[in-house]
Amino acid sequence: MSTTTSTAPERRVDRGQYALAALLVLIGGYTVYDATTLNVGFGDPVGPRAFPYAVGSVLLGLGILLAIVTARGDVPESEEGEDVDLTHPADWVTLAKLVAVLVFTILTIGVLGWAINGAILFAGSAWALGSRTLIRDVLVGIVLSVGSWYGFYVGLDIPLSPGILDGVL
Amino acid sequence: MESLDLLWGGLEAAFTFENLLWACIGVLLGTFVGVLPGIGPAMTVALLLPVTYGLEPAQAFIMFAGIYYGAMYGGSTTSILLNTPGESSSVMTAIEGNKMAKRGRAAQALATAAIGSFIAGTIGTMLVVFLAPWLAEIAVEIGAPSYLAVTVLAMVLVTSVLGSSRLRGFIALFLGLTIGLVGLDLSTAQSRLSFGNPLLADRIDIVVVAVGVFALGEALWVAAHLRRKPLEISSVGGRPWLAGDDLRRSWGPWLRGTALGFPFGAVPAGGAETPTFLSYVTERKLAGADSEFGKGAIEGVAGPEAANNASAAGTFVPLLALGLPVTATASIMLAAFQSYGIEPGPQLMTDHSDLVWTLLASLLIGNTLLLLLNLPLAPLWAKLLRTPRPYLYAGILFFASLGAYAANLRAFDLMLLLVFGALGFMMRRFALPVLPLILGVILGPLMELKFREALSISDGEASGLVNEPLAVIVYVIVALAVAVPAVLSLVRRPQAADPDKEKELVS
Repeated sequence: MSTTTSTAPERRVDRGQYALAALLVLIGGYTVYDATTLNVGFGDPVGPRAFPYAVGSVLLGLGILLAIVTARGDVPESEEGEDVDLTHPADWVTLAKLVAVLVFTILTIGVLGWAINGAILFAGSAWALGSRTLIRDVLVGIVLSVGSWYGFYVGLDIPLSPGILDGVL
Repeated sequence: MESLDLLWGGLEAAFTFENLLWACIGVLLGTFVGVLPGIGPAMTVALLLPVTYGLEPAQAFIMFAGIYYGAMYGGSTTSILLNTPGESSSVMTAIEGNKMAKRGRAAQALATAAIGSFIAGTIGTMLVVFLAPWLAEIAVEIGAPSYLAVTVLAMVLVTSVLGSSRLRGFIALFLGLTIGLVGLDLSTAQSRLSFGNPLLADRIDIVVVAVGVFALGEALWVAAHLRRKPLEISSVGGRPWLAGDDLRRSWGPWLRGTALGFPFGAVPAGGAETPTFLSYVTERKLAGADSEFGKGAIEGVAGPEAANNASAAGTFVPLLALGLPVTATASIMLAAFQSYGIEPGPQLMTDHSDLVWTLLASLLIGNTLLLLLNLPLAPLWAKLLRTPRPYLYAGILFFASLGAYAANLRAFDLMLLLVFGALGFMMRRFALPVLPLILGVILGPLMELKFREALSISDGEASGLVNEPLAVIVYVIVALAVAVPAVLSLVRRPQAADPDKEKELVS
């Protein structure tokens, strides 16, 4: 999947967009199917089905429409930004590392607690994004996570998960 | 004047030492985050939402007002010093603003932006104050059919008028509506689209959707395309202030920009991109052929910045009167209201009028604090632009996770955050606009509620949808809105020809 804008004169088809179209058809179709499993109550002229039927079928239609315009050469204009450089293909390795860091956080937040998880999250993401000053990254991460834990606990009365540091913090 | 009395009441409520402190913290945090490159006002507000969780609604609103104005000003700072507008509303500011910065007049550009924003924001908020009681009277008259019509109007306008590709707008809107379906059906208590998962049946927290799509999606998108070369940053050079000549040249554009911006913000066709563009063109025409335009004219910063802020104030009209958000930032504020159990909609003005007045008073205070704090602090903010990119985006990831987690303190929300982050990434890849999606998530459930309410009153007769005169009028406007874009595109054509390409994704 590439987002570079080539200057090829012939019609260019963005294959990735077919995947999006398929996803829309899938979601739309499932929404309609899910609605058929609902019971319609008495005395309710509309019922819980009508809205999902409408939303699902329109989404399904939009998916088909997207597939048609894609075949006709419709190309999306990917979002640009201050730090975005679209002349390179997407860097999937960095993305995979970031997702791995987030998944680790999800799996361990109940055990390790926010103060530890937050620090790992920050340092891990900074590392994935190319920072190579590990000790400084970890220190910044600890300051942020412990600081936010106390900030939420003391300032806002919201106890973020203390995890294994329960009693220490 | 009844409005002024009520506003005075709001000011009294807001004017305690503690509240002013929250407002100050809000302005500082908002500017701090907003000035970071790559973070627009909508993302700033989404990221900082959790900070207001533990507060009383009134205090939260006060802090929110500060965050809101801080984030807007932070966005202008970035576009002037980096020439990379964070969102479409500051595209016009960047054109002349960055040229001024390159000529060593960054301080003046920042000052005219700050003072212009202050004047426009104050006038705009005062206009909301005087319109509010009148709006409340109308809002009471709005029944289910009319409210349904108005939500349809907002969706059609946001989706088809503002974006550049209607197909992509509608795809985003219907994805949003689908997300809004997840969870218990409000009247029959059956769960829809929840795969038998009780946590999903509980409905998805809008904050998680917003933070995922705006913040995490953006961070992932940037991470995949991180620029290898550093950007050129203009330095501020001295304390921002306006000398006599600059001040004389700024007055007119400020006031004209305000006059252009407010009406556009106040009607649900809103957005700030049209008025900022019109203001830029107006100032350019008025300045004549031998003006500084193209080389860094102060009028070209003063006008659009005022228009931008006046339109931001204007968006409070549909937001407060109808519960209709017409910009991404407004939709996140609406989500914040909802987290306090305040239902958006016509009842807002009558049921929670004290909060509304506190909010309006806070907007005035936040605006003033912004001016007082940010003129002297601008050189400091400019240093933030040099934040190393790994830290910047690791920080966004950190705070996005914190925000999603702090809402309900459960790991499941972090998983949802990741899913919506992936969705946000996908939307950027395929140029799907974010605003219709958020609007769909927020307004979808309300729309269904009103639809069913209207039809159960009429006992299933379709005429129940159009038996209020207002509903009929609104549907006529919807029909017109579909026809008008053809005309609008004629007006906008010069903008498309501009080298600084207009961005439609976050408006």
